[in-house]
Amino acid sequence: MIGEGGRGERRLALWLCAPATIVMIAVTGWPILYSFLLSLRRADLRFPEDQEWIGLANYATVLGNAYWWTAFGVTLLITVVSVVIELVLGMLVAVAMYRTVVGRGLVRTVVLIPYGIVTVAAAYGWKYAWTPGTGWLANLLPEGTAPLTQQGPSIAIIILAEVWKTTPFMALLLMTGLALVPEELLRAASMDGANRWQRFTKIVLPLMKPAILVALLFRTLDAFRIFDNIYVLTNGAQNTSSVSIIAYHNLIGGLNLGIGSTMSVLILISVAIIAFVFIRVFGAAAPGSEPR
Amino acid sequence: MKLRWGFIDVLVVLYALIPVLWIVSLSFKDPSTITDGSLLPTKWTLNNYTGIFRNDDFIRGLINSIGIGLIATFVAMVFGTMAAYAIARLTFPGKRLLIGFSLLIAMFPQISLVTPLFQIERTLGLFNTWPGLILPYITFALPLTIYTLSAFFKEIPTELERAATMDGATPFQAFWKVIVPLAVPGMVTTAILAFIFCWNDFLFAISLTSSSAARTAPATISFFTGSSQFEDPTGSIAAAAVVITIPIVIFVLFFQRRIVAGLTSGAVKG
Repeated sequence: MIGEGGRGERRLALWLCAPATIVMIAVTGWPILYSFLLSLRRADLRFPEDQEWIGLANYATVLGNAYWWTAFGVTLLITVVSVVIELVLGMLVAVAMYRTVVGRGLVRTVVLIPYGIVTVAAAYGWKYAWTPGTGWLANLLPEGTAPLTQQGPSIAIIILAEVWKTTPFMALLLMTGLALVPEELLRAASMDGANRWQRFTKIVLPLMKPAILVALLFRTLDAFRIFDNIYVLTNGAQNTSSVSIIAYHNLIGGLNLGIGSTMSVLILISVAIIAFVFIRVFGAAAPGSEPR
Repeated sequence: MKLRWGFIDVLVVLYALIPVLWIVSLSFKDPSTITDGSLLPTKWTLNNYTGIFRNDDFIRGLINSIGIGLIATFVAMVFGTMAAYAIARLTFPGKRLLIGFSLLIAMFPQISLVTPLFQIERTLGLFNTWPGLILPYITFALPLTIYTLSAFFKEIPTELERAATMDGATPFQAFWKVIVPLAVPGMVTTAILAFIFCWNDFLFAISLTSSSAARTAPATISFFTGSSQFEDPTGSIAAAAVVITIPIVIFVLFFQRRIVAGLTSGAVKG
């Protein structure tokens, strides 16, 4: 630490952190509180005179609504399936990037392309690829199938788009974890007769556990708020809405602030539960909490 | 052994490139062949590109995207650098709280802010304006800048500032004259990640705007309908998607090494 001037240092730190903290609190803190208050009111912009405090009635409305639970189920399904695929695929890509000698630079560069692409732009690419007539992928399917007009295939395509875009990010995080595994340990194990699979499951995976958990935590929370891909691919048709899509439609289409805010609060609670489970149950270290 | 990794490498490259080539190919297809479903154009045309650059809404969207992205990135970098330096170098009460709070925002479901912000911005007159988008972008870019920059700052030896303060520099001078110049590579990386985040955003862009006054390019594309109701917008959308994507991809490829370092040190998605 520079200097021993305790109080001066504290004052400097306060001034340095103030702008960032104020902006973050102003843009998130007050809106969250406001959203909580709105969720306790009847507040429909189409009927501005008819506003009153109604307690938890909005929560009863949302939680008693089949569309909400369908959206919740779809969101969970997309989250779990895409994160699992990303983990497996990401691990494969990470090992490939780490071990490969030929064309190492090329692979490490190319793999960043999906990361750099605007999600909406990539989503249009997938949409047209699966549109009968227009798309090269749709034309590989039997005549007369339109995958984006059915629930199951639509969700599969949403997952595909999500996985394609975010696997590189997962792979990069996993590759940093891979770099922490000491080569000598692997060499010693192979001398003791451990085969490749045993070395991977018994040495590499346990040592990588912290990196894997952080990557999973970030990707799970990120997948849970999925919006762009669904908006472009189906816009929630055929029961493919995620919770974000349904909350958006309630606000922009329905102009119902009370219900929209209730959904916002419920999504926030779900995300908090996911983070809590990861950090407390699986023991994921929250990044930044690392001992210095 | 080498061959097997080579094979996986080829698969990885195809995985990343084919979807991109498809949308590029679609953007060069002539309207008469756009529904032929072939992977490569059979009849090439530049009309889709000349068309979108004659579309005022798209041009306006590009200007909005660039302007809003640059301003938000700049502000987030200034505020983020200050906070990151404090986190990396100073001891002060509330440090863990600040780290925890920015982590909370990094993981925050953005949709939860959309409903209240929509209403608040309408009341304050910020709805459908540049500041109306810049503010949430700064907020969500801040955790990224704070994490990534504090990781970069921690790599710079403390002795340098100690020497500077011994020579009579104030802590601020030590920071501004010694640390900042050394941290430039890290700051460039961080700025790129923050800009990509702003450029990529779609949810705020369609929720907090109502016209081309502030609508950014990705949101503008989603409103493309074709010049008449009989014209299919597929070609224009593909061309616009390529236009908003290619600069970022080139950027990412050019700064590849640094971006990997930045992404993994912050462990925050941009």
